[in-house]
Amino acid sequence: MDGRGVSNYCFMKYDLIVVGGGPAGYVGAIRAAQLGKKVACVEKERAGGTCLNWGCIPTKSLLRNAELFQLMQKRSADFGFHFEKLSYDWPKIISRSRSVADKLAGGVEYLFKKNKIDYLRGEAAIPAAGKVTYKDRSGKEETVEGDHILIATGAVARELPGLPVNGKTVVNSHDAMIIDPQPKKLIVIGAGAIGVEFAYFFNAFGTEVTLVEMLPNALPIEDTEISVALEKSLSKQGIKIFTNTKVASAKAEKGEVRVNLEGKQAQELQADCALIAIGVSPIVPAGVSITLDKKGFISVDDRYQTNVPGIFAAGDVIGPPWLAHVAMWEAIQTVEGIFTKGFRPQRVKEFPGCTYCQPQVASIGLTERAAKEQGLKFKVGKFPFSANGKALAAGEPEGFIKILIAEPHGEVLGAHIVGPEATELIAELGLAMKLEATYEEIEATIHAHPTLSETVHEAVGAAFGEAIHI
Amino acid sequence: MATTIEMPKLSDTMTEGTLLRWIKKVGDSVEVGDVIAEVETDKATMEMEAFDEGTLAEVYVEEGQKVQVGQKLAILTAEGEEAPKAPSESKKIGADKKEKAPTDEPAVAGKKPLNKEVVRSASEATTESPQQSMPTAGTAQTRSKASPLARKVAAELGVELQQVSGSGPGGRIVRSDVLSAAKTEQKGPERAKTAPTPETLKTDQRISLSGMRRTIANRLLEAKTTIPHFYLQAEIDAQPLISLRQQINSAAEAAGLPKITVNDFILKATAVAAAHVPQANAAFAGDAIIQYADVQLACAVAIDEGLVTPVIREAQRKSLSQISSEIKDLAARARSKKLKPEEYQGGTITVSNLGGYGVEQFFAIINPPQSVIVSVGAIVAKPVVNAQGQVVAGQRIALGLSCDHRVVDGAIGAQLLAELKRLLEVPALMLI
Repeated sequence: MDGRGVSNYCFMKYDLIVVGGGPAGYVGAIRAAQLGKKVACVEKERAGGTCLNWGCIPTKSLLRNAELFQLMQKRSADFGFHFEKLSYDWPKIISRSRSVADKLAGGVEYLFKKNKIDYLRGEAAIPAAGKVTYKDRSGKEETVEGDHILIATGAVARELPGLPVNGKTVVNSHDAMIIDPQPKKLIVIGAGAIGVEFAYFFNAFGTEVTLVEMLPNALPIEDTEISVALEKSLSKQGIKIFTNTKVASAKAEKGEVRVNLEGKQAQELQADCALIAIGVSPIVPAGVSITLDKKGFISVDDRYQTNVPGIFAAGDVIGPPWLAHVAMWEAIQTVEGIFTKGFRPQRVKEFPGCTYCQPQVASIGLTERAAKEQGLKFKVGKFPFSANGKALAAGEPEGFIKILIAEPHGEVLGAHIVGPEATELIAELGLAMKLEATYEEIEATIHAHPTLSETVHEAVGAAFGEAIHI
Repeated sequence: MATTIEMPKLSDTMTEGTLLRWIKKVGDSVEVGDVIAEVETDKATMEMEAFDEGTLAEVYVEEGQKVQVGQKLAILTAEGEEAPKAPSESKKIGADKKEKAPTDEPAVAGKKPLNKEVVRSASEATTESPQQSMPTAGTAQTRSKASPLARKVAAELGVELQQVSGSGPGGRIVRSDVLSAAKTEQKGPERAKTAPTPETLKTDQRISLSGMRRTIANRLLEAKTTIPHFYLQAEIDAQPLISLRQQINSAAEAAGLPKITVNDFILKATAVAAAHVPQANAAFAGDAIIQYADVQLACAVAIDEGLVTPVIREAQRKSLSQISSEIKDLAARARSKKLKPEEYQGGTITVSNLGGYGVEQFFAIINPPQSVIVSVGAIVAKPVVNAQGQVVAGQRIALGLSCDHRVVDGAIGAQLLAELKRLLEVPALMLI
């Protein structure tokens, strides 16, 4: 056994063993190491988790390709460009996405080294509190011990009953980002952020895409007005959007898939591929019995502790929202709660949600319908990008920003953006909400001209009839 | 992990302390910074704070018991943990069972620090001063770290932000903190109504003296019975002060600076006046009178269990805004019981302001070894005769001066009061 081999670890006790090296896992491990704790992180595949390897990051790479291609193909004339025989290299698009993921995963491994975290490779189980076993590829099992265990095993794409994923004609998001050759006809089932992003991506490269959503709108958790605007835009781009429509039955055959729909668009669809994007299922490690909620996610208390003392959980495995940035935040709450005296962990309240199609969608806080349901009094301020100088100069006049201002005190209840760089613009509103800024502070803040961020200022002004440029 | 709580060494000379009262009871959960018990040392009654969190599992010392520094007082356990068996010997170590509970014989425990202090002040022109005096209307607003929304809601609900502890990032006060503070405040008076108000009491109540209450009782009895008090009173025209304050505050608001209160002006004027009339900034020292070089300006602050008089050091050298921010900070920490002894000791003259309660005029008891206390009433709108002999509407404040005749004669007291009146009626003078 080599001197720095894993077996050496068996004889020491860790302060924290993190199971899973995704956003919750690696961030939790690093924060614990920063607090001076001895930490191990067990990962079955590769550090970085779904986000980095098979989620947020590689899809952003693909979407960047889509956005550039769409711009060059559809709008080059507007900008005075001419391309002859504009074409693309599909395998290269995919390999660029993979190399971005590789680079970042390597970055996480470097961070583990830098923070002196023992990075243990293998599939973990938790036989009892304080104990984690992991099996490496050769099947050899090792055991490590620690005072605290953080389960950050995340989730995998949920399957549609009756239509099992086969990686060819029925795929999940993992398969879809390396699918080769490019499908000619694609049915995307589920119009959440993942479904919408893939629909946009494939459509941009000419795949015939039908997006099927059971609920009344695409991105159903977003503000309805935003969803409607997005649906219009995506339809214009060529995506067929079937809302209020549900899969009744489906069949995967050789080289094609047939889907029977019921509801508003009751019809049979045929395509060479169906992408299932209907949410995720948790990955709960084997071993000690941990209490789960109705949907199978791990139940935790205020300090992110499971029913087993000393075993904590954070990230996708404890339930929605299944977002990397929320997972990271939860992991920090958990670890600080374990090791920092007097720290009171909090549960996530406001968090930004982003969808990276074009136009982008981003939001934080309450939608107008939620605010109404709660019986809150509020004003709505809206401002279109078509009245913003920077958006016009950039050739991106589509979309608008909508901000809900509570009465009587004027705090921000929610903000919703559909349009250029929406996912970057939402940060200011996240800060405003966290700091409990009221419209007066936002109005009193000078926003640089010309920037897209002026729309935030103007939307707040619009709530009080004080927007200047409209 | 269970944590043992020991008798802390609360002052340099402390070797033992009396555990006056357990604020937390067995079974109570304790957060870091919570006051667990009141401890009386040779010098003062102090509040003992928790440095750890947990549940108060067991206490080894009864109220009123004298305890050596370092001796175990109690045990804190973490959540779900069982209390270790009580170390039976620690119950005996240094625990003087014969020592009576303070309620049985309040004078014994209470007088000790007082006597000591009086002796010291007479012999060595002390830097030590009494900690307690008359209540004040310290309604100053501290610049607490609070969200804009929290500020708005607090203003609406009348919650003082310095009373609120923040749960936001970096201890920032957010709306929910203000709302829960407002709730407890609401509960507070309700409880008060059902407890001490005679009509709602079913039976008479005997309320044991807290350490602070005992010290107040002893000290003020001593002051009122041994110091030959005499009283002076003058009414000042508050109109110029009100106008100047409005001017300063509207500029401060525009610049995002904290506002100045009327009490801040009175503190500043007292500091300047005491520097101008050094005979009044003095103490009786048995065979001598000590005139202080600096004005150590004490300001009475009402707190839940009594009052304290935090001190603004060398106040004659400080600007109005410095005095304002310092007293805000001191008052806030006084209310949250976070003052260090050196912050409320060594005053040379005291201001007590009951104007905020609508009191028009009063005379406070002198705070020994000081010789003068300024009593400040409310701003009252009343008819006054102006320089032209016409009756017009005016804004007036009644100032009372209580003086120790052993140190300050009538003429000196009058000089001080006249100086105060001059400064407050032409308030620009104190800004020079």
